[in-house]
Amino acid sequence: MDFLKIFGRENVSSKDIAKERLRLILVHDRANVSPKFLEMIKSQLIHMISDYMEIDEEGLEVKLTRMEKDKDITVPALVANIPIKKVKHLAKI
Amino acid sequence: MSEVIVITSGKGGVGKTTTTANLGTGLALYKQKKVVMLDADIGLRNLDVVMGLENRIVYDLVDVANGMCRLKQALIRDKRFENLYLMPAAQTKDKTAITPDQMKKLCQDLKKDYDYILIDCPAGIEQGFKNAVAGADKALIVTTPEVSAVRDADRIVGLLEAAGFEDPKLVINRLRPDMVKRGDMMDIDDMIDVLAIELLGVVPEDEKIVISTNRGEPAVADESSKAGQAYRNMIRRLEGEEMPLMAMENIEPSFMDKLRIFFGLKARAR
Repeated sequence: MDFLKIFGRENVSSKDIAKERLRLILVHDRANVSPKFLEMIKSQLIHMISDYMEIDEEGLEVKLTRMEKDKDITVPALVANIPIKKVKHLAKI
Repeated sequence: MSEVIVITSGKGGVGKTTTTANLGTGLALYKQKKVVMLDADIGLRNLDVVMGLENRIVYDLVDVANGMCRLKQALIRDKRFENLYLMPAAQTKDKTAITPDQMKKLCQDLKKDYDYILIDCPAGIEQGFKNAVAGADKALIVTTPEVSAVRDADRIVGLLEAAGFEDPKLVINRLRPDMVKRGDMMDIDDMIDVLAIELLGVVPEDEKIVISTNRGEPAVADESSKAGQAYRNMIRRLEGEEMPLMAMENIEPSFMDKLRIFFGLKARAR
């Protein structure tokens, strides 16, 4: 997906865009994960982590994607991007 | 050994009925098999029109299931092709007019006298789909090279697997070689890659399909039709012949594509 961005969408054939979009759609369909479910995970993550760190709740991103496990085998993966504002004192102990 | 094959897709308008009509006609015409094409799309029947048999319907699927007539009374014999029969769907009722158990029984009864029973499944994943797959031994999934159709096909793969179908086969319909060449349409590899199921065949977009449907004559019988050729190849694969994808099905492939086809991408029967 990233390399698509680097070269700009104009240079990418529309079928590659279709295929990439499909792959992500199917990861969600197959895992049967709703956006609501992801929101639940997100809020619990915030709740848990805020004991230790101050995090940027707006910038927090939780998404389902694909990950290469072995060669030719991709598995669904849950990826969380959590921007940290400040580490709380407690965590240094 | 007779076989019940359900032709399904999830999304509407991708060519389930056309596929059913052409495979059914081809099996009777070229393989001398006794074939019943069963329209399971109750309330929205179309297989009769595509086959040009709409004026001959007296009884239908629901009448048979409810014991209003005998099985043979509802079967329309196609006078043009020996051994080819149509079981029409009811037009005035809805999908709940029959049950999966009734469909199972009907398929069992048909298997006694016919080699192939091809079921034209309605679009969707609700009751109509459940009825259509209930009595089937095998499943074909029709898709077109569009994101929406492939997505729905994947849903169907999941549902079929949950229902115990071991290896449903893919039929890619309405592929446009010129667009594939430009990189503006997903190619065969792309779709197999995403769906991870085996391929039965590829049907190129062909004006002759529209013309033959206008006339109510399946294109498979038209020797000059490209789509017809694709259906004839599929019939041979259904009958267990090992047939590599023909150049026409894979439409002017690049050298690299040819290599790939040569080494791996063979559509195997079974």
